[in-house]
Amino acid sequence: MKNKYSIFSLIKNAFSYHENWEKAWKDPEPKKEYDAIIVGGGGHGLATAYYLAKKHNMKNIAVVEKGWIGGGNTGRNTTIIRSNYLWDASAGLYDHALKIWEDLSQELNYNVMFSQRGVMNLAHNLQDVRDLKRRTHANRLNGIDAVYLNTEEVKKFCPIINTSQDIRYPVLGGTLQRRAGTARHDAVAWGYARGADEMGVDIIQNCEVKGIKRNGDTVEGIETTKGFIKTKKIGVVAAGHSSVIANMAGLKLPLESKPLQALVSEPVKPIIDTVVMSNAVHAYVSQSDKGELVIGAGTDDYVSYSQKGSHDIVEGTLNAILELYPIFSRMRMLRQWGGIVDICPDASPIISKTSIKGLYFNCGWGTGGFKATPGSGDLFAHTIANDEPHKLNAAFNINRFVSGDLVDEHGAAAVAH
Amino acid sequence: MFLINCPFCGEREQSEFKAGGEAHIVRPKQPTELSDDEWAEYLFMRKNIKGIQFERWNHVHGCRKWFNMVRDTSNDQIKAVYKMGEKPPVK
Repeated sequence: MKNKYSIFSLIKNAFSYHENWEKAWKDPEPKKEYDAIIVGGGGHGLATAYYLAKKHNMKNIAVVEKGWIGGGNTGRNTTIIRSNYLWDASAGLYDHALKIWEDLSQELNYNVMFSQRGVMNLAHNLQDVRDLKRRTHANRLNGIDAVYLNTEEVKKFCPIINTSQDIRYPVLGGTLQRRAGTARHDAVAWGYARGADEMGVDIIQNCEVKGIKRNGDTVEGIETTKGFIKTKKIGVVAAGHSSVIANMAGLKLPLESKPLQALVSEPVKPIIDTVVMSNAVHAYVSQSDKGELVIGAGTDDYVSYSQKGSHDIVEGTLNAILELYPIFSRMRMLRQWGGIVDICPDASPIISKTSIKGLYFNCGWGTGGFKATPGSGDLFAHTIANDEPHKLNAAFNINRFVSGDLVDEHGAAAVAH
Repeated sequence: MFLINCPFCGEREQSEFKAGGEAHIVRPKQPTELSDDEWAEYLFMRKNIKGIQFERWNHVHGCRKWFNMVRDTSNDQIKAVYKMGEKPPVK
């Protein structure tokens, strides 16, 4: 049993100059065999392991990660959490996650700094207005909080937005989901890692998967840089590298991996207390607790695993940001980075069994996977443990690309894809 | 960001071009005969290679012509550029 983090443990450890905190997770060598192995130690993978141990009583499991946990897209995203998706299947999936977020810090005894500061999506043309109104109605029918705001209400909610009508893409209105917000991305990975470790999950870092061993249509284990590990169930949560892992098992996925960029500014005093996204001009911005503006740019249109995007993508985003927020014109950008995101043709994820027995994929989250982390882990754990999808992720099976029953969220989700 | 040697215009910035995805996916000769699995394969399934990939590009802000490219997707280095209809270079 791990010591609980609390004000008392903080005071107690202050007496020993914070040098005696117990390790949040162990650093074990892999065993010869596990009941299940999760490939990928990001938020989704660690959450999957956590819920497998907690809700499905699978304790003999491992998470293998080629780098360090939370070192990929989990630590590279813009931390936005919302559930205002258009289609019923997506609304169910993302709102399931949002409900878990609301109690997550308490459950994990780890402060994930979930802040329901609201997410506003702006409309810049008549079609945007129609789409956002339609989505607001769809959200309400699915029990998701959503309101439509006119230009004055947008200005009132976020006064620094330039709502004058003489800009290239004037603000005609917007939607607001008040339950939406942000969280600390590293803490999510660390909190789940700590929780999973406590229940006996082995978190094995610096262990890259090199091959998947099959016997006919059944998996037998994985070849890694730390040797062969036997298992009957493999859950792959490898984000941008999903196709690479699938290729090892002889599978092809409907994915393309592309660089997605984000950037943060120098820290400043609180200026924007919500998240504002704009699909049409492709700009979204929030402010971190450290005071940095967190700005999300777009994806490049070519496949790349290079973790660096094109300059013109950043330039386009900053043009839009400056037109909407002239107050930021003298801000200096501190850091810029790219992460590799795996995008499905319908911009919805895959949480699914495959044609190979014992091989499961959780991928295709594209540009917006962070928000779903707890729900994705919960549903993927259910799928692995029962060899059947939960009703909330049944629509997100890999077979939809054969049946044609796509969950087409491109644009419909009011997100800048 | 990188430079692309358009086979028609010469070297230009990548931002002038539009990527067209994986190359040499042959359009089915008898679309009516295709099974759902074959349609899925043709429409959606992609190699999405980390390494040497054959792909299509369009010089959309230039000559607007399509051409093929061989690129290492792990570091964005371009290995070869060749016109539509030409055979892909070996090595």
